[in-house]
Amino acid sequence: MNSIVRYFKGLMLLELIRGLRLTGRYLFSRKVTLQYPEDKTPISNRFRGLHALRRYPNGEERCIACKLCEAVCPALAITIESEMREDGTRRTTRYDIDLTKCIFCGYCEESCPVDSIVETHVFEYHGEERGDLYMTKEKLLAVGDKYEKQIAAARKQDSAYR
Amino acid sequence: MFDWFFNFINWLVAIYESWPLGVQITFMTLVKIVALMAPLMVCVAYLTFAERKIIGYMQSRLGPNRVGPRGWLQPIADAVKLMFKEIIIPTGSNKYLFLISPILSIAPALAVWAVIPFNDGMVLADINAGLLYVLAVTSLGVYGVIIAGWASNSKYALLGAMRIGAQIVAYEIAMGFALVGVLMAAGSLNLGEIVKGQSGSIFHWYWLPLLPLFLIYFISGVAETNRAPFDVAEGESEIVAGFHVEYSGMAFAVFFLAEYANMILIAALAAIMFLGGWLSPFQGLPEAVFAVPVLGAVLGGGIHWLLIKMSFFLFCFLWFRATFPRYRYDQIMRLGWKVFIPITIIWLLVLGLMILGNVPPWWSAA
Repeated sequence: MNSIVRYFKGLMLLELIRGLRLTGRYLFSRKVTLQYPEDKTPISNRFRGLHALRRYPNGEERCIACKLCEAVCPALAITIESEMREDGTRRTTRYDIDLTKCIFCGYCEESCPVDSIVETHVFEYHGEERGDLYMTKEKLLAVGDKYEKQIAAARKQDSAYR
Repeated sequence: MFDWFFNFINWLVAIYESWPLGVQITFMTLVKIVALMAPLMVCVAYLTFAERKIIGYMQSRLGPNRVGPRGWLQPIADAVKLMFKEIIIPTGSNKYLFLISPILSIAPALAVWAVIPFNDGMVLADINAGLLYVLAVTSLGVYGVIIAGWASNSKYALLGAMRIGAQIVAYEIAMGFALVGVLMAAGSLNLGEIVKGQSGSIFHWYWLPLLPLFLIYFISGVAETNRAPFDVAEGESEIVAGFHVEYSGMAFAVFFLAEYANMILIAALAAIMFLGGWLSPFQGLPEAVFAVPVLGAVLGGGIHWLLIKMSFFLFCFLWFRATFPRYRYDQIMRLGWKVFIPITIIWLLVLGLMILGNVPPWWSAA
């Protein structure tokens, strides 16, 4: 008996009509597409984009070559070499991040005791040649100089939760 | 001020009349064919655009909106892209069959349009066996697909061709039976006569007495054109792209054209046979209404009603695609053989009794 009722219910196409009604409703729903180059989604203060090396306000680079970031990096994307500078402080002579290896986990930033290596909000970048995505110390410092305001603002906003 | 224009027209007419009769007839037929095919091709192009837009909207997206104002030039861009792409012929394929199969699949899809009446008398070939011609020619379309699958020498293409072969055979029968119902109801195979048999009012159209056949015809039509949810022949998530995996550029575009031309054709046939073709749904209102200048022309029967009905069916095609998941292959076979064919046969009996009993308003003892 039940199966006969089911059979005739199936013939009425009720379930199909219910499905059609759902998609029909969505036809008139608000569209959520973001027109990307014109519109952009809001970015969190903790967004992990392109890396940067920061400086202190007096222009001194923050990095003290403790190599914690190199040790913590799960993708082995960071390479650091260091030696003593004339003033007796330990400084890096080489600080490379291979962005093609990097997984943007943010551990380097977490581990840094002096907030030197940070990840900025920059995510629209590209390389045209081999090596363009291999960030050297100079490149990273340049990124840091360029976006220092943004980096500092994001850190300040997030400081209450750190 | 348009004298030169009318002179020019008269001059053309004079040239035309100087030709022998046979040439005149051939020329006029060619003109009619072009007048039918050009809008059809534009419709096909914009149907792909409508498909992407409508399905996008049903998925809360916007669809293509970058090429031209609001994306209106997208189909043109697609066509140009396909024209400039290389047609790659696989090494192991049968080159001759490989190249001829797109033609085999589009030719029937276009040939059927010869018997479609757009308005009273507005038909390319007003033949008596119109319905039979439609059935015969649409059935040929499957050869293109099967040969494409075979000639590609690819496992996916062959699987797609096998699937489509069995599927089309199964649904052709249900479709044929549904058309037999129309034939019984109208008492004619001529599509124009079928439409005229439905005149009266919206309730005189055959969708009501033939409701199960109408639904079965349209669902079979979806299956015949390999549209979702019956698109196992393409089944991009299972067999890549089915029968046309190996096709690229214009050869692929021709398959695409054939599919969409078939969709429009099924929509037109469904409108003609079950929704009264060019007849207006307002038929039966007092004559005075149709005497009003503009309103009367809009409300009266005409090609615009056929186009509106076709658009409705085409929208359904896209709506189905946005809604239903693909059928499993054995379910398709079950639906075709075990559900549609018995129902159509039963309804043919019911229909025969209705005709014998002169059930109004469709059949009267006259």
